Amino acid sequence: MVHRLEDDQRLPQFRLTAFSIVIVVAALGILFGFWRMQVLETQHYSKLAERNRIRLIPIIAPRGRILDRHGHVLLNNYPSFSVLLERDSPGEVKQHLAQIAVGLGLDPAQLTDEVHQAADLPRYQPLVIKTNATDADIAFVESHRVDIPCLDLLMVQRRQYPPDDFMSHVLGYVGDVGPEDIARSKGRYRPGDVVGKTGIEREYNSILMGVDGSKRVVVDSRGRVRGTLGETPAIPGHTIQLTIDENLERVAENDLAGKAGAVVALDPRTGAVLAMASRPGYDANEFARGITPAEWKQLNDDPEHPLLNRAIQAQLAPGSVFKIIMATAMLQSGIPAANYHAFCPGYGVFYGRVFHCWLKGGHGRVGLHSAIVQSCDVFFYNVGQQLGIQRIAYYAKQLGLGRRTGIDLPGEEPGLVPSAAWKERVYHHPWYPGETIPVAIGQGATMVTPLQLAYTIGGIIEGGVFMRPHLLKTDDPAVEMRFPLRPSTVNTITEAMYGVVNESDGTAATSRIKGIQFCGKTGTAQLVSDQERKRLGGGARYQDNAWFVGFAPRTDPKIIVAVLVQRGIEGAETAAPIARDIIEAYYQEHWPQQFAYLAPPPKAAKPAGAGTAQADNN
Amino acid sequence: MRERVHTADLDWWLLALVCALCLVGLLELYSATEHGMSGMVWRQLGWIAMGFAALWLLSRLDYDWLLDHAPLFYLLMIGALLLVLVVGHVRFGARRWVEIGGVPFQVSEFAKLVIIIVLARFFMGVRTDRLTLRDLLKLGALVGLPLVLILLQPDLGTALTLAPIAIVGAFLAGIRWKHALALVILAGLAIPVAWHFVLKPYQKARIMTFLEPEKHPLGSGYQILQSEIAVGSGGLWGKGLGKGSQNQLGFVPVRYSDFILAALGEELGFAGVFLTLLLYVGLLLRLVQNARQAKDRAGMYLVGGVTAILGFHIFVNSAMVIGWMPVTGIPLPLVSYGGSATLFVFMALGLVMSVRLRRYVN
Repeated sequence: MVHRLEDDQRLPQFRLTAFSIVIVVAALGILFGFWRMQVLETQHYSKLAERNRIRLIPIIAPRGRILDRHGHVLLNNYPSFSVLLERDSPGEVKQHLAQIAVGLGLDPAQLTDEVHQAADLPRYQPLVIKTNATDADIAFVESHRVDIPCLDLLMVQRRQYPPDDFMSHVLGYVGDVGPEDIARSKGRYRPGDVVGKTGIEREYNSILMGVDGSKRVVVDSRGRVRGTLGETPAIPGHTIQLTIDENLERVAENDLAGKAGAVVALDPRTGAVLAMASRPGYDANEFARGITPAEWKQLNDDPEHPLLNRAIQAQLAPGSVFKIIMATAMLQSGIPAANYHAFCPGYGVFYGRVFHCWLKGGHGRVGLHSAIVQSCDVFFYNVGQQLGIQRIAYYAKQLGLGRRTGIDLPGEEPGLVPSAAWKERVYHHPWYPGETIPVAIGQGATMVTPLQLAYTIGGIIEGGVFMRPHLLKTDDPAVEMRFPLRPSTVNTITEAMYGVVNESDGTAATSRIKGIQFCGKTGTAQLVSDQERKRLGGGARYQDNAWFVGFAPRTDPKIIVAVLVQRGIEGAETAAPIARDIIEAYYQEHWPQQFAYLAPPPKAAKPAGAGTAQADNN
Repeated sequence: MRERVHTADLDWWLLALVCALCLVGLLELYSATEHGMSGMVWRQLGWIAMGFAALWLLSRLDYDWLLDHAPLFYLLMIGALLLVLVVGHVRFGARRWVEIGGVPFQVSEFAKLVIIIVLARFFMGVRTDRLTLRDLLKLGALVGLPLVLILLQPDLGTALTLAPIAIVGAFLAGIRWKHALALVILAGLAIPVAWHFVLKPYQKARIMTFLEPEKHPLGSGYQILQSEIAVGSGGLWGKGLGKGSQNQLGFVPVRYSDFILAALGEELGFAGVFLTLLLYVGLLLRLVQNARQAKDRAGMYLVGGVTAILGFHIFVNSAMVIGWMPVTGIPLPLVSYGGSATLFVFMALGLVMSVRLRRYVN
């Protein structure tokens, strides 16, 4: 080689060759290392890897409890065991599957199916093969710990819904999350999660539902835990407090027992729902446990529709309770004037048709006050005729009917306020003036829910401030809508409703409560006309629905109750006493000394498993 | 003098090998991150796309221009490394990152590139076939300054990667046997000094566990042990993609980056490792081939430097996975997940292409 040759641009090809050789030798050396470990000593390392097995033990977050307004527990959890199948050793699972199916009383074909479907999941994720394990199941798992190591038990907190269908519609129930919910949740829900399906459980699912945690443990090939690698603790769901007063709720449900109907009690000042009951009910535990198709079919096919929350979903004609809305419209519009009087001979003729009053002999000459107190139909036929359907529809809508109240429950129905435009749209027929007449007494196409009646009349007696009904206890009630009413209007209506209960000729005079300024309005809504019912065979199925909406006290009302008893025939006879019981219970609860003379509320059987704190029945 | 530079003249064999290695990396990255972090696959794909763009751009750039501006790059690099020490983000206990437009960058990755250019320029200036002691001292100072700055971050792995550029460069430039021997002895003497005065406790711990991993099965030896178990249990054909218990159950440490070869070894077995290393050897030999064909010595040194640093990464990383080297945080080029590291490899290959496209002396 030439030393110190200026600008020698010839490349040192020999050294580059040496460099290549170094690269190849290094690669061969490394390959030898891999060869030794992966081919010669692979059994040694496989054993180590086998010992290195990890299991992911889920920690299920308990759902939050649901309390009533006084902190009494309405809904709690109870511990239950699920049987887990550990899938980290497929051979083991296959070998024992038949024995497991027999031991736990599972269908072997179905179990095999489930295991096959889970094949794509990571192996350390166990499979829940049985929930609500019985004592026998637990004993089976425990006694086969050694010979069937792939079985495990997982404690989970399950919902314990109160017995006797208590609050079944309001609370709702939980179930396994459906595919649509998973897709909508943007990653929050995973298959197998338990979520609220209806009622409060659904409405406030995001608050009630916790976040599951997990524990990563290393186990040896026999399933023995050798160490914990890490733990993500479960975040329990939040407890929520409802506006419901458990005591009033019990009174409502006891009074409705055996009937089909609904009760809604609101605080008209805030919109807080103090009680909400619907009957018949259902046992939510059947759903939480996993309802069988047969049970579901039975509930769904029941002609009484036990799954329906009548308080917000029954859309029925309001009957004479609607006269309060008519009276408000009349007083606000001045059509006819406030001092208008009508003569009631027991019927009226409008547009060539005879319309009867419920009182055959007639009420004689009546003004607005007696027309409400005695529920005179003819007076309101006349008012309706003068107002016309447009004004009636306008006021009914402004007073909250025909639209959802915005309560925090899923599935609320809006009801219906008929109008000329509505009929044109739906039936493509013009509105005939004669159709206005039955609307004036709450018959015809008008439909309301029990909640709407409590909400609307509560808003009227509050001077036109309609508070949004709510079940979640809050310090910040919201105004749903405003339709300011003149104080004279509110006063006239309040006095008339006081008269309904407290004047001797009032339709609900039998529900008078000593010492309490209980006001209200009865209603009886026909499903079909009397003639029609006879034609259909006079069956009980078509009997009238009874309504009552009552509040107390007369000034600054604190509670308003709407009661619906389907086929209850007379509002005064079946619905008003329920409202009276609730109002009585309310007064007893708030002023125990002052109203000690009232009959004590029916002692409710306390649910055994719900962990309910003793209610203070003082 | 105008050179004819055609994209068609790129080293397509080399690019094919690069693509194959990227695919191997994406495949294993997908398998290793399937549960929960699969966004990483797309991000890595993005880095690779950016990498190809950078490669093409650099191939258009005349490397003579780069060599002319080597002193400027060197100063900029020193400034950037100082800046990192002052304002860099601390991640994983080391100050290695600066944010450029919201994206974290590891400046030391780009320091490697600058050192390749600077040393090519330096060896070009030697102009002889024999390195003198003076040359060696200059070389030591040139590499020593950035090396110390990177060590201060502290990033032992990256600092060490600068050494092979100098060593291979010196070898190609004709280092004398007695000088080489003296350097080896000197390095041997420097180790105890470094142990006491330079290395951080965690670095010492890593080296200790490397020397005797069984003594620390749950501490810092855990990573090496789990990596070895993963590789060894993979066997000849592997457990199948997505089915490696060591990998999927999370026993393999940073299985998407530094230890991706362990994950690959477990799931694709010796066959997979063999194929991967075969691709790497092909890549490195193809690089040497490009060095042979360079127009001038400067070009050869550039390509040689790139080959040296990539080879160092490949062999040190695979040796680490089987427990032959301590854990130093050196990723596997093109296969490990990582933005800065991936971009660096593509830019280095861009330099090689720049040399290749100008290999015909006219």
